[in-house]
Amino acid sequence: MDYLISVATIAGIYIIMALSFYMVFMTGQISLGQAGFMAIGAYVSAICSVKWGIPYVPAVLIGGIFSGIVGLVLGLPALRIKGIYLLLLTLGFGEIVRVVAINLKYTGAAEGFPGIPYQKHTLLYAYGMVVILIIFFSRLRRSRMGRAFQAVGSDEDAAEIIGVNIISAKLLAFSVGAFMAGVGGGIFAHYQEYVEPLMFDVMHAIEFLVFAIFGGIQIFWGPIFGALVLTFVPEFLRVIQEWRMELYGALLIVMMIVRPQGVIGLDTVQTLNRLFRNGLGKGGAESPQAM
Amino acid sequence: MILEIRDVVKYFNGFSALSDVGMDIEEKKIHALIGPNGAGKTTLFNLISGMYDVTRGEIRFKGARIDGVKPYLRTKLGIGRTFQIVRLFGFMTVLENVMLGSHCKTKAGLLKTFFRFSIREPQEEKATRENAMRWLEFVGLPHQANEIASNLPHADQRLVEIARALALEPDLLLLDEPASGMNPKETEELNSVISKINQMGKTVFLIEHNMELVMGISHVISVLNFGGKIAEGTPAEIQGNSEVIEAYLGKR
Amino acid sequence: MILQQLINGLMLGATYSLVAIGYTLIFGVLGLLHFAHGEVLMAGAFMGLYIIMWSGLPLYITLPLAMVATGVLGIIIDVLAIRPLKKDFHLAPLLSTIGVTIILQNLAVKLFGGYGTRFPEAIETVNYKVGPLLISSANILILGVSLFLMVVLYFFIAKTKIGKAMRTVAESHTTAGLLGVNVDLIVLLTFGIASALAGTAGVMIGIVFHAITPFIGLTFALKGLVVMLIGGLGNVVGAMIGGLILGMAEVFSIVLLPTEINLQDIFSFGIMIIILIFKPTGLFGTRVTQG
Repeated sequence: MDYLISVATIAGIYIIMALSFYMVFMTGQISLGQAGFMAIGAYVSAICSVKWGIPYVPAVLIGGIFSGIVGLVLGLPALRIKGIYLLLLTLGFGEIVRVVAINLKYTGAAEGFPGIPYQKHTLLYAYGMVVILIIFFSRLRRSRMGRAFQAVGSDEDAAEIIGVNIISAKLLAFSVGAFMAGVGGGIFAHYQEYVEPLMFDVMHAIEFLVFAIFGGIQIFWGPIFGALVLTFVPEFLRVIQEWRMELYGALLIVMMIVRPQGVIGLDTVQTLNRLFRNGLGKGGAESPQAM
Repeated sequence: MILEIRDVVKYFNGFSALSDVGMDIEEKKIHALIGPNGAGKTTLFNLISGMYDVTRGEIRFKGARIDGVKPYLRTKLGIGRTFQIVRLFGFMTVLENVMLGSHCKTKAGLLKTFFRFSIREPQEEKATRENAMRWLEFVGLPHQANEIASNLPHADQRLVEIARALALEPDLLLLDEPASGMNPKETEELNSVISKINQMGKTVFLIEHNMELVMGISHVISVLNFGGKIAEGTPAEIQGNSEVIEAYLGKR
Repeated sequence: MILQQLINGLMLGATYSLVAIGYTLIFGVLGLLHFAHGEVLMAGAFMGLYIIMWSGLPLYITLPLAMVATGVLGIIIDVLAIRPLKKDFHLAPLLSTIGVTIILQNLAVKLFGGYGTRFPEAIETVNYKVGPLLISSANILILGVSLFLMVVLYFFIAKTKIGKAMRTVAESHTTAGLLGVNVDLIVLLTFGIASALAGTAGVMIGIVFHAITPFIGLTFALKGLVVMLIGGLGNVVGAMIGGLILGMAEVFSIVLLPTEINLQDIFSFGIMIIILIFKPTGLFGTRVTQG
């Protein structure tokens, strides 16, 4: 049971991370810096708890906000950068965070930062955050900014011509994504009780990417689905656990060939909606409203 | 004059695409821009909407200079446009596409979107949706509202694009070859849509190859060839202009 | 002393150039960022290592063998992970090669262990004293081979029929197809050549650093990307010069910057971020595969 809870907790944190990647991806940007933002959230919230005695919730939030601000600053060069440049920038950023963490004596350098107070209700907090994010994304989907993000992601030039300020849209998405990753990092730190730079290398950022891309990138249910499935299934199939990363890689390639929109696409959601409505015998034609 | 184009020059990598083009678009008129392929028509549209910037010259909209102004700000000033190759946002619904049209007329930011206690649809969102529905009805496609945009037939996608441009209530509407890929019946519908837009008091500036459509609805026609303006006048004048006929026959 | 550092910098830079040329070739011809290119380098290093260990053949035979082997690996990647992709999702090739990265790196960890493997003495190390300078035979070999390959490649692209075909494909796949160029074959060849160059760089890194790990891929991939940015995307000559610039800049940074903190790793990212902000088109402009 304890084991199940710990897997579920990690899955919850991974959902947050996958959604943070998705937030940035909505505007057509690939970020390989999400592990770096997670690290910032983890370290800053840990400093808040350990060094300054700030309680759990504000500590985690401060970590997230700090990460969001770093995201804003890092995103500024993205003002004039298109396409792969942001990928390179975030890749470099992730490494810089790691190198700084390795060298920073204040937080234990390479040996790690121990003694972070353990939050025994992490499961609740993690899924509480997931629920908040679900509300956020479902409201976003039916909002002016949400549509603008998606438009930027699908055709930047056309989005600008119809009146979207693509620079601020991208910057906003990038920063909010960084905030989410920071919160994920804070929750993670107070669950593990200690953090070390190795926990946040680029391979982890790529893992979050795989969760989102595999699950689906047209709607936020995709990353949630992806993070859940790819965390739980390997845990219970030992063969898979051993070859997990290789499998992720193959999965990514196969998805790109067979179904680039991911497992959960818009079509999936539409079909489910139809089934659900027919099942209830309502059959209304109006599109379902957000919560 | 709603739009004034003065001595506009555009170079691409040292090649001249437009040279000293001048044009006045009168308010509440339908102004057509014709010319052989590669004459620089779409380039001119891109200069007006801001996808490119002019190399030299100036463009004024309602008297104020807009060259050098960011594209989304020009849109905000009241310039809507469609594209030669339809550019709808593929995996969004038709309605969402049209709702995007009024992006710069609305305000709701990220915080306002998230931090609200009512689960009811916010007022502005409702207004945006109803406005979009109105424009979908205007182009005759209300029944397609919840369809994924890329699943629509080509001609309908063109109309959705027009509805999207109209949703921002532009004073000037740029239509880049709206009839291309349409059959005669669809072109007929398009014709009436453009006339209706004009009757609402909006200025329409369009690029079109379909001469029947152009001659039928335009008040003024300008002709571009090799990046320069070679003629301008009423449909009757253009039809009788020998230089224009030569430009077309020489090319085809 | 300065001259000595200059030679060290040139040597390091030459390997960077080889990696960056591969990136830039593929970017120029296909317009895609081959994320797994660093892993191809890593694979090349290990293939070189095992060829030398098993066969005991001299380097002038094993190096070409390793080149061919990595070339084939590159071609396999193209056939399995790039060619089957649908064209309508522009991020698909990038994500797919990220998948290849995950697979290659984790397979390498399983096969060779996560720690360094000693690289066999491929050549007898002789140190030549030229005045105050100490030049090892390894230095001469690396510089010589790199420069030789770069010159050959330059003339290959500029003068040969296949080189011209590559340039045409870089301009436009459609036009090239209309002109009767076998686009698929040229793409395949580009992958082969780029990968062979990465393989060469991998073997050389083994010789210089005496040990290789499955993680060198990412490190050198990043350096290669930075160099590609310095040189301008798709600019082969820019990549050659850019590599030398970065190599020398790094060597001098070690001499000039304080040594308590490991700044060398983030130094190249610093350069990258500065270039991204101030001159995103690179120092030598973005020109597709100039001859």
